[in-house]
Amino acid sequence: MAFISRGFKGRRSSAADSSRLPPGQYLATGFPVLSAGPTPHTPLEKWSFTITGEVDQDRTWTWAEFQALPAEDITADIHCVTKWSKLGTRWTGVPVSALLEGVESAADYVTAFSDGGYTTNLPLEDLVDGKAWVAFRYDGQPLDPEHGGPARLLVPHLYLWKSAKWVRGLRLTLDDRPGFWESNGYNMYGDPWREQRYWGD
Amino acid sequence: MRELIPETPHVSTLVFEVPEWPGHLAGQHVDVRLTAEDGYQAQRSYSIASPPEDGAVALTVERLEEGEVSPYLAGEVRQGDQLELRGPIGGYFVWQAGSEPQRPVLLIGGGSGVVPLMAMIRHRHAAGAGTPMRLLYSSRSLEDVIYRAELDRLAGGGLAIVHTLTRSRPPGWTGYARRLDREMLAEVAWPVTLGAAIFICGPTSFVETASAGLVELGYPPESIRTERFGATGGTT
Repeated sequence: MAFISRGFKGRRSSAADSSRLPPGQYLATGFPVLSAGPTPHTPLEKWSFTITGEVDQDRTWTWAEFQALPAEDITADIHCVTKWSKLGTRWTGVPVSALLEGVESAADYVTAFSDGGYTTNLPLEDLVDGKAWVAFRYDGQPLDPEHGGPARLLVPHLYLWKSAKWVRGLRLTLDDRPGFWESNGYNMYGDPWREQRYWGD
Repeated sequence: MRELIPETPHVSTLVFEVPEWPGHLAGQHVDVRLTAEDGYQAQRSYSIASPPEDGAVALTVERLEEGEVSPYLAGEVRQGDQLELRGPIGGYFVWQAGSEPQRPVLLIGGGSGVVPLMAMIRHRHAAGAGTPMRLLYSSRSLEDVIYRAELDRLAGGGLAIVHTLTRSRPPGWTGYARRLDREMLAEVAWPVTLGAAIFICGPTSFVETASAGLVELGYPPESIRTERFGATGGTT
């Protein structure tokens, strides 16, 4: 049910930009920060990244090993469930496909887990084929802790809460298990173009 | 909309009668959707200021001059107008009076970040809960303090309100007169051993300062829940 809000005009984006804006989103000028708790600060020498769960054997990278993996530059539009979008953001990250190379698994889903206890769930197929990265640079600079540094998941085709900040690993699972926000009213999948914000969308 | 309450020069409360409202928890928010005549829509999230015990849904909105939606909500909307609300939303930044009645609650709010915290304060009062509760509330000036009279009235009986005014103070002001810092947190917060539940809401830099300060003072990160705003500010 949509009815006219008397006297509301709104501020439209340019046509070029608005075609890149999913329904209900607006263009942000800065880079807003959203997180449910304090910002963790993990020293790089204590940092590691792990693939675990339904796998033949766990794989773990230290920061130095992770940095030695082939990284890609990514330019992507990002969309936060709190309605802001930012177009053409520039990142550097390791494709998740590279981290999963050689991993044998019957899993269809993944739970990304982070410092601070944050988790989020995604279908495995949404993390491969050039759709997702573990990003560690933003706009040419090391990723700021407020924005998820030293490294965060980057899955730009889903709402940004799926791009787990401070990510430390992926747990492969046979079924789709709700993560942190998914247990607190937010959608299991989170496609911004279908406006899948909350339970029932 | 049933009622419009001016709170400060920049902030108003809009009280809505919502048919079939399913009820909410203190700390939850709603999405407001506005539709222009040509079908253009804009949506934003606003925290609910009213306690679960209220039948109505009150939203307190700060008018951001550069904003798209807030100048309309806190300026154009009149009594009797209808708006599209969706909610309640969010199951994390919430406090329920009955769940851990003895666990102290520390609320830290910056500017209009006080809104979801006010729902918790009102909920504590309406539920008749004796839970020890403290609010550390940072405002620019005394006239920018939202809910000032009501906070004064509710204080006491286990509820302490501590203000800090960051830009200007009235003559004779004896309270804090600076931006929130670690020393202030150490003075206002309970000892870590009491295991308080902590809710922080405000602009990003405020929330970062408050949450990092509490972690440095020894509070477990998992006891600290944060909510941030400033979707058009922030850093890159």
